[in-house]
Amino acid sequence: MSELSERTIDRSNMQVSDEVAIQINQMNKWYGQFHVLRDIDLTVQRGERIVIAGPSGSGKSTLIRCINRLEEHQQGQIIVDGTELTSDLKNIDKIRSEVGMCFQHFNLFPHLTILENCTLAPIWVRNTPKKEAEEIAMHFLEKVKIPEQANKYPGMLSGGQQQRVAIARSLCMKPRIMLFDEPTSALDPEMIKEVLDTMIELAEEGMTMLCVTHEMGFAREVANRVIFMDAGQIVEQNEPEEFFNNPQSERTKLFLSQILGH
Amino acid sequence: MSDKISFVRTEMLEQKAPPASTTGFVGWARANLFNGIGNSVLTLLSIYCVYYVLSGLIPWLVSPTWKAESLTQCREMIAAAGKHGHLACWGVVRERFIQLLFGFYPPEGYWRVILALVIVGAGLAPVLFDKAPRKLLIVTALFPFIVPFLLWGGLIWPYVGVLLGFVVGYFVLKYAADALGDLLALIAGVVSAFVWWIFLSGPIMGAIGSVLPIGLEFVESRSFGGLMLALTIGLTAILGSLPLGIVLALGRQSDLLIVKALCVGFIEFIRGVPLITLLFVASTLLNIFLPPSMEFDIIVRVIIMVTLFSAAYMAEVVRGGLAALPKGQYEAADALGLDYWKAQRLIIMPQALKISIPGIVSTFIGVFKDTTLVSVIGLLDPLGLSNAIRADQAWNGIVWELYGLIGVLFFVFCFSMSRYSMYLERKLQTGHK
Ligand SMILES: Nc1ncnc2c1ncn2[C@@H]1O[C@H](COP(=O)(O)OP(=O)(O)O)[C@@H](O)[C@H]1O
Ligand SMILES: [Mg+2]
Repeated sequence: MSELSERTIDRSNMQVSDEVAIQINQMNKWYGQFHVLRDIDLTVQRGERIVIAGPSGSGKSTLIRCINRLEEHQQGQIIVDGTELTSDLKNIDKIRSEVGMCFQHFNLFPHLTILENCTLAPIWVRNTPKKEAEEIAMHFLEKVKIPEQANKYPGMLSGGQQQRVAIARSLCMKPRIMLFDEPTSALDPEMIKEVLDTMIELAEEGMTMLCVTHEMGFAREVANRVIFMDAGQIVEQNEPEEFFNNPQSERTKLFLSQILGH
Repeated sequence: MSDKISFVRTEMLEQKAPPASTTGFVGWARANLFNGIGNSVLTLLSIYCVYYVLSGLIPWLVSPTWKAESLTQCREMIAAAGKHGHLACWGVVRERFIQLLFGFYPPEGYWRVILALVIVGAGLAPVLFDKAPRKLLIVTALFPFIVPFLLWGGLIWPYVGVLLGFVVGYFVLKYAADALGDLLALIAGVVSAFVWWIFLSGPIMGAIGSVLPIGLEFVESRSFGGLMLALTIGLTAILGSLPLGIVLALGRQSDLLIVKALCVGFIEFIRGVPLITLLFVASTLLNIFLPPSMEFDIIVRVIIMVTLFSAAYMAEVVRGGLAALPKGQYEAADALGLDYWKAQRLIIMPQALKISIPGIVSTFIGVFKDTTLVSVIGLLDPLGLSNAIRADQAWNGIVWELYGLIGVLFFVFCFSMSRYSMYLERKLQTGHK
């Protein structure tokens, strides 16, 4: 568990509104015969910061990948910003351009410079003029504190820098919801903090966030809700205080004792 | 104790030259040729082999037979010069070199062939080198129409008709895209282009031609030959096989069952059949099956066959590149909202093609060398010509001089392609691996 927040977190903009950002009803998914997600019900309000935790293979990645249709669900409903995810390509494109996603292995485009990585989607999906797209990109690269790397290629950056570029790249599409799939798991310890700091800043601005992460410090400080998944199901969810101090289910207790190391 | 460990430098050291035994020719030779007994023996052996080959080759090359008009004259000249042994007979090169380049193309039209080559070069420059002026892209777009006109000649209008078909298709595609959506617009564009080519182009261009007879003298395919024929077939097949191969590779990965089955069937069929068979199909069988009104030029038929053949191989090379890309690249493109074609064009293909460069260029080189197979169906490419030359009484019996020359001609092109691919790989290198 890494120590974060030497700085105090500014909570003035971290407000949960009544507006529903994501609504998942009785969603089921199978890989072949394998029932990977079972009867998932989840409502995410705008402004929520949700941490999803659980043992490896419990379906956390699959769940958030269903939200922007990188995986297809077979039963139930997923509604993002009022648009239901169906096989209608128009809906999928609309949702993908409003939902940003960061991956464990960054998935930057190695043949493009940092700046080009960031301007690609605005130019080709949003039809933003190149000049404007570059200004937007530089704005977000400054925000993640690596504007001086703009003309380098991803292969020349450290892991932490690459993940921050990946966050900036998503932000350039001005998403209303951000999904993170273990953004710090592939990083060396000294780089985890710089990525978490970036994520904290996003949270401070009121971004709706769903993070799969094992950073329990981040969950305690930033999340307003922690969801624990096991065997494809949501086993327990609660405010971080309660979740960590007073877990109810045996599975949760076991998981917490393993991950917190006591 | 402590005064033994502590140390302070009072005077800084100046830079010195490295010891002589590690630099210069001696140092290099010691490090690379004579380090250890085994290597020294190998080096001496290699030197002997090189000497042996050169001592045979150089006297053969230096032969006073440039002016000879036949093999017999060659022998006389060699004897007159007081030399003996087997020496080259260069007269055949002097007499037939032009023919090896141009075949039986009418000499007053050589400028057309050369101009065509220059235009192809100008058209390819902006694709191959990013330092070339971007304005040359106009040439890139037009050379597929200008070059056949230069080579075959005739009235200019049929070529303009073919070009206009693409223009018509493009505009239909562009203006229908808003109303019909991408896929329907694409179909409408293709259909309207074909309508133009099949029904409208002939009469309209014919009418213009009868009023404005602009053109070049017509040259029959039968007079094409030599290196020029090899380049015509080879370059067209190379330029056609890459895009076709990409489409086939994508089709093979497609989720659409019919598309996938068609692509797999095509690739496996073509790869399972020798090129010679396809060439025979082109030269004889097509004539039997096609109605006489649809018969078309033998060279065009051969070009189509060679292109299809190399496209099947290209498809597999490109598929290798696609398979080497991590899945995360597709996911990142999807997550950013790029649609299939944009993701392919901007993210997937640039990387997959970069990975496949060595394989692609190998296929190119293979195609270019395979053009010599057309001699089997009676076309006079350099190899076919060399047989024709040997059939001439005067040069009957000449082998090495002609094959050597043809080898050198092909080597120049293949080696350039190989060097270019290395340049490209180095240029596209980003970051360290
Ligand atoms: N493409 C796939 N095909 C089949 N099984 C998969 C696939 N992706 C994941 N799985 C399985 O689904 C389960 C959940 O995976 P995942 O969502 O990645 O778990 P987590 O992110 O919680 O570690 C795992 O048991 C994994 O083996
Ligand atoms: Mg996972």
